[in-house]
Amino acid sequence: MKTEIRELTCINCPLGCTVTVELHDGEPVKVTGNTCVRGEIYAKKEVTHPTRVVTSTIRVKGGAHPVVAVKTRTDVPKETIFRCMEAINALTVEAPVSIGDVLMEDICGTGVELVATQNCPKT
Amino acid sequence: MKQADIVIIGGGPAGLAAAVSAYDAGNRNILIIERDEQLGGILNQCIHNGFGLHTFKEELTGPEYAARFIKQVEEREIPCVLGSMVLDISPEKVITYTSSTEGLVQVQAKAVILAMGCRERPRGALNIPGYRPAGIFSAGTAQRLVNIEGYMPGREVVILGSGDIGLIMARRMTLEGAKVKVVAELMPYSGGLKRNIVQCLDDFGIPLKLRHTVVNIHGKERLTGVTLAEVDSHGKPIPGTEEEYSCDTLLLSCGLIPENELSRNAGVEMAPVTNGPSVNESLETNLEGVFACGNVLHVHDLVDYVSQEAAIAGRNAVAFVNGQLKHHGAGIPVSVSGGVRYTVPRTIDPENMDDTLTVRFRVGAVYQNAYIDVYFDDKRVSHIKRPVLAPGEMEKVVLRKSDLLGQNIQNIKVEVTQG
Amino acid sequence: MWDAVIIGAGVTGSAIARELSRRKGKFCVIEKESDVCSGTSKANSAIVHAGFDAETGSNKAIFNVRGNQMMDQISEELDVPFRRNGAFVVCLNEEELPALRALYERGLQNGVKELRLLSREEAVEMEPNLSDAVVGALYAPTSGIVCPFELTMGFAENAAKNGVEFRLDTAVTKIEKTTFGWRVITENGELETRAVVNAAGVYADVFHNMVSKETLTITPRRGDYCLLDKTAGHHVERTIFQLPGKLGKGILVTPTVHGNLLVGPTAVDVEDKEATATTAAGIADLTEKSALAVRNVPMRQVITSFAGLRAHDDRGDFVLGEPDDAPYFFDAAGIESPGLTSAPAIGEYIATLVTERLGLEKNEDFNPIRRGVFHPSSLSFEERAEFIRFHPAYGRMICRCEGMSEGEILDAIHRPLGATTVDGVKRRTRAGMGRCQGGFCSPRVMEILARELHVDLTEIRKADRGSEIAVGQTDKGLPEAAEWKE
Repeated sequence: MKTEIRELTCINCPLGCTVTVELHDGEPVKVTGNTCVRGEIYAKKEVTHPTRVVTSTIRVKGGAHPVVAVKTRTDVPKETIFRCMEAINALTVEAPVSIGDVLMEDICGTGVELVATQNCPKT
Repeated sequence: MKQADIVIIGGGPAGLAAAVSAYDAGNRNILIIERDEQLGGILNQCIHNGFGLHTFKEELTGPEYAARFIKQVEEREIPCVLGSMVLDISPEKVITYTSSTEGLVQVQAKAVILAMGCRERPRGALNIPGYRPAGIFSAGTAQRLVNIEGYMPGREVVILGSGDIGLIMARRMTLEGAKVKVVAELMPYSGGLKRNIVQCLDDFGIPLKLRHTVVNIHGKERLTGVTLAEVDSHGKPIPGTEEEYSCDTLLLSCGLIPENELSRNAGVEMAPVTNGPSVNESLETNLEGVFACGNVLHVHDLVDYVSQEAAIAGRNAVAFVNGQLKHHGAGIPVSVSGGVRYTVPRTIDPENMDDTLTVRFRVGAVYQNAYIDVYFDDKRVSHIKRPVLAPGEMEKVVLRKSDLLGQNIQNIKVEVTQG
Repeated sequence: MWDAVIIGAGVTGSAIARELSRRKGKFCVIEKESDVCSGTSKANSAIVHAGFDAETGSNKAIFNVRGNQMMDQISEELDVPFRRNGAFVVCLNEEELPALRALYERGLQNGVKELRLLSREEAVEMEPNLSDAVVGALYAPTSGIVCPFELTMGFAENAAKNGVEFRLDTAVTKIEKTTFGWRVITENGELETRAVVNAAGVYADVFHNMVSKETLTITPRRGDYCLLDKTAGHHVERTIFQLPGKLGKGILVTPTVHGNLLVGPTAVDVEDKEATATTAAGIADLTEKSALAVRNVPMRQVITSFAGLRAHDDRGDFVLGEPDDAPYFFDAAGIESPGLTSAPAIGEYIATLVTERLGLEKNEDFNPIRRGVFHPSSLSFEERAEFIRFHPAYGRMICRCEGMSEGEILDAIHRPLGATTVDGVKRRTRAGMGRCQGGFCSPRVMEILARELHVDLTEIRKADRGSEIAVGQTDKGLPEAAEWKE
């Protein structure tokens, strides 16, 4: 059995706890240093399949603003961030856009929706 | 002249939360004055996530966080004027503002809540030598250009200062295809949140150079590069450590300054260190009935804390209008010691306290395994161990009214000591 | 065929152009930068000197005193902020008091009025922040402060209004003698002209030496300055010079006409005529030397620093008029301090020379009046409210630090020789010149410029060609930088 210790900074909240993960053959078995349960979930995920929420903007046609802010509704695998950005960059929507509007059903095969996080009325 | 019980200057997170809280405390004659064409303030350009964990128990983006509060303001039908810049607050609480739709307007207020936020420290104030080409932006100005206007300020970027906006912009520019070469920080520690170092720099392999600064700026028309150098313990560049970076963009994230020109002109006394008004437990300034909250009071790290603080200011403004706020004189001074740089509030009148009062402060250096101590006169009343304290993160102690009332306490001291 | 082509749209060239427009003729000003007032004229001490400094009988002395006297009328006609705040030359040790007296005597000989020598007590009474080292002072009540941008714009706009053509973004590459005068070859074509006026600042030697064998050498002398916040604007009320002495020429501390405090300049000879970069050493020098004469200068309140280049002629005086071997070519060269003060007088003098040479007639239609950008903040509350009702753009504030509205910015863009750049708006309205240095207003100013000039935002420049601010739109695809490292 191969034992590995990894130290991480939890990004769940601003506390930024330093979390230590013990891995046996690549599998996390013990998490210490976290101050809440979300820290443990984060740490286990981060050492096996790290994920992030992607936020950006997309172009709006006929809107009061040239762009509107968007996010992936939940976190997506970290390695897909730039592919998500390509998909976001390729997208243009028509005004009006409202907070929560689903702009893509499944971004880059992640199964995650892309949603608007801002309102953009028509001009 | 228009009349209002409570005039709130600024429709960002502080102003919105203050308005909602004042309404919920029973006042129905509130006016929010906002200079932008929409409510929400700086949150509108903070499109990244990480807001609202405390307030809404979920992770929101800046515009979503703002929208929650805007909805509450709209549901309560609290009047707002947009595109309206306040020009003057008189000591008699006459507010003069201007807009293209209303022209020049004066409002007589009974109470005023200052919620104007803060601005970024510009290049000029940093005394960076060299040329003055295009391509040098404060991080927030660049953020507006990218996230609101949809334009790129440049393609090859160096960032000076590791404040949160700078870190967030490092990731944002990278996602938009720019190459962020390095983040330089004068201090031996980052001014931003740890989570932002991880997810904005480490994720993208962007180096953070602590104890470094920009010592020269190249390019007469458009920036062509900068020279970085290591600094000594006094922040002075060390000769021989200069390193050139070619870049077309320099973003500055070197600190925020509370925007208190209006407050000063009105006669509001400023606190040292924070550059914000000196306030008591009710967040009231030296001018009776003039309150302050949010980044105009002191620069916060989290919007959730801004909302909490603003709610207190809103409630107390209503209490003042209703004649329920007592003015007995100076109150108990809150002094600082050890690594504590300042506290908000600076004086406490126990009679005006809620059951508990959160005293917020920042430390001046990074501490490990340190204690936050509170003294009432010479008596230590709390002793809390903290694994890490850092200047980038706001700290707090909570005081109970029952501990303070009727005790004839002359001084409250907040102290941080190394364990 | 032009009657006169003026090279350089700084304060000297613009003053000459305005004076020439009092005569009938075809006049053109050529400027290599994108705006008037882009060289030495934009970065200097902004002082209207009394005239005691220059050697009696020199061009500098004569034109300084005359220029100072003309400034009241000029500032009135051209709507230029100008105030006679007075100046002190302070003496920092007893042994140098005779030198202070000598300066006083020279001032009298130069024709400077109202000069007085003050004891330390008298001086400190008037300026409480003088340093302990001050032992006496020369007081020149006629010394003043002026807005150098407005003065240059005023001359240029008024000249343009009276028929002078301005060609910006046009560098002169060559000047050739022709049968009837000169051919001025530029990057945008050639101009045939009867006369040429050389008001090219630090480049004046280059053009002079194209036409004359009596060569000139202009050395750019760099001066660093620090501008302080308006909260420091009353640290001194008068311009405080140090008596030139063992420690060199000294650093001045002065209020500006807009209420800031200005500290500077250093003096470093450089080779590069574009070397307007400040240095750490220069700024440190300002802090140290300004403290000799004025105590507690609040250098923490610096809002910006900048460097200007003075066009120093080797012989140390203004070079005015035609070289013997190049008739119809008029120099206004070596215009360093007190060049800003002297500009009205130099304009008058050179225009007279040109008029006599060419036999120009009087322009009966000449209108000497120019109105600056109108600021409703100068009105009473009721008047201002009424004004905004009819002109709503003046109700929309763009620059919060200096209180500039959209209306004022539109005025700056749409007036003669209007602003086309962010710096152009700044110099005409002060939007972006305050304590936040454009952090808040520059994106808004860019938007207004793009809208009014009907161009894309990416074409909006900070100042000269090559200083575009935004490089393109977002989401234009990712370059190779965006490879994910697993």
